[in-house]
Amino acid sequence: MRKGSVLSAFFGVIRRDALSLWRRRADALNPIWFAAIVITLFPLALGPEAAKLARIAGGVIWVIVLLASLLSLDALFRADLEEGSLDVMLTSAQPLAVLAGAKILLHWIATGLPLLAITPLAATALGLSPRALPVLLTSLALGTPIISVIGACAAALTAGLRRAGMLLSLIVLPLVVPVLIFGAGAVEASLTGASTTQPLLLLAAGLAAAVSLGPLVCAAALRLGNH
Amino acid sequence: MSDSPDDSVPLLAARGLAVVRQGEPIFGPLDLELRAGEVLLVEGGNGSGKTTLLRVLAGLLAPSHGQILRAGIESEDLLAPVGFLSHATGLRADLSPLEQLDFFACLYGVRPGIAAMAALHSVGLAGFEHMPVRRLSAGQRKRCALAALLHTANHLWLLDEPYANLDRDGQILVDRLLEGHIARGGAALITSHGLIEPQLSRVRRMRLELADA
Repeated sequence: MRKGSVLSAFFGVIRRDALSLWRRRADALNPIWFAAIVITLFPLALGPEAAKLARIAGGVIWVIVLLASLLSLDALFRADLEEGSLDVMLTSAQPLAVLAGAKILLHWIATGLPLLAITPLAATALGLSPRALPVLLTSLALGTPIISVIGACAAALTAGLRRAGMLLSLIVLPLVVPVLIFGAGAVEASLTGASTTQPLLLLAAGLAAAVSLGPLVCAAALRLGNH
Repeated sequence: MSDSPDDSVPLLAARGLAVVRQGEPIFGPLDLELRAGEVLLVEGGNGSGKTTLLRVLAGLLAPSHGQILRAGIESEDLLAPVGFLSHATGLRADLSPLEQLDFFACLYGVRPGIAAMAALHSVGLAGFEHMPVRRLSAGQRKRCALAALLHTANHLWLLDEPYANLDRDGQILVDRLLEGHIARGGAALITSHGLIEPQLSRVRRMRLELADA
């Protein structure tokens, strides 16, 4: 008898979660609807004055993406804990960090990637200068996976709690402030003509650290929560 | 089973195992040994710590005292996958039994010679292969979890109340699965609150008393 390989376990988790996400695609799209609605609220609240909107567009999009990513975090490990499939993962003797990594990757694919996809539309709606759009997209592409990683660690810690939504935000938001500062800062820099290399490189460094350490932290938090 | 473990070393052994939660003893200290080809039945009333014992043995919970030896090696981590069945069956409500078995197989590895479809048919879920688990009854979910045990490659089974929620045929099915498992050189530890008598050829019993009784 052979144990399932680590790779097959990784893709097994991705396939199962992707399937159940697909069967609940209306729920899965909630963060995207949220982001789309909030973006349309800004011109309504601030008035259609293009120059005013354009100045704040980068920061607004960053904040909205951050909050929208939080929406789907609460459910990330809840089902695994309630239905007992976390026990299945733990008793399979597979490295839990790899399985947690699969869940984080899928969270980013299901939330971060669609948010990234609607960003050009949102940027146009808010009148962001077209020359800042590549920087905005790059900063989001680097920053949203970090949000998924930090969020997953917090979700793992709070998975056993009944109403963890608020606590989750309280844990995650302070931790992702640097991501927000560098992300929005890069967009600001591109508008004023300053160099965007430094904030983007810092985001990339943050991403490297999050991807390499995050799954380990997440696995430790899951074990802690399950005990 | 070509790489069957050495019969002289217990697959699972515990010495002086005890769990204490917030100063209250849950069970123990107790010793146990489980060898290939054996079924150990742990009996005890509600709240006697059967589930906690199983979770400790499965490595899901750290014991307060004592040591656990897996295949003769003292280890807190699992060395090999363990077939684990609890009241929460580990099934995702949106997935079909066939997709569930596929997921279990990815994690645990497949037992050669039994396809997912055949496993589902042998537990009486023929015709339900593609129905979401959400629409199955509690007994059918249990049968699906049993099919997963049959389909995956584990020497050691830890089953918490495997007879619960099952009808008469289902209870016979559990006995048949256990017989097949030990005949292949596997071992199983099962719990029961004592209402259902397992009809097995080789079964050892252990009574778990309430720790403070």
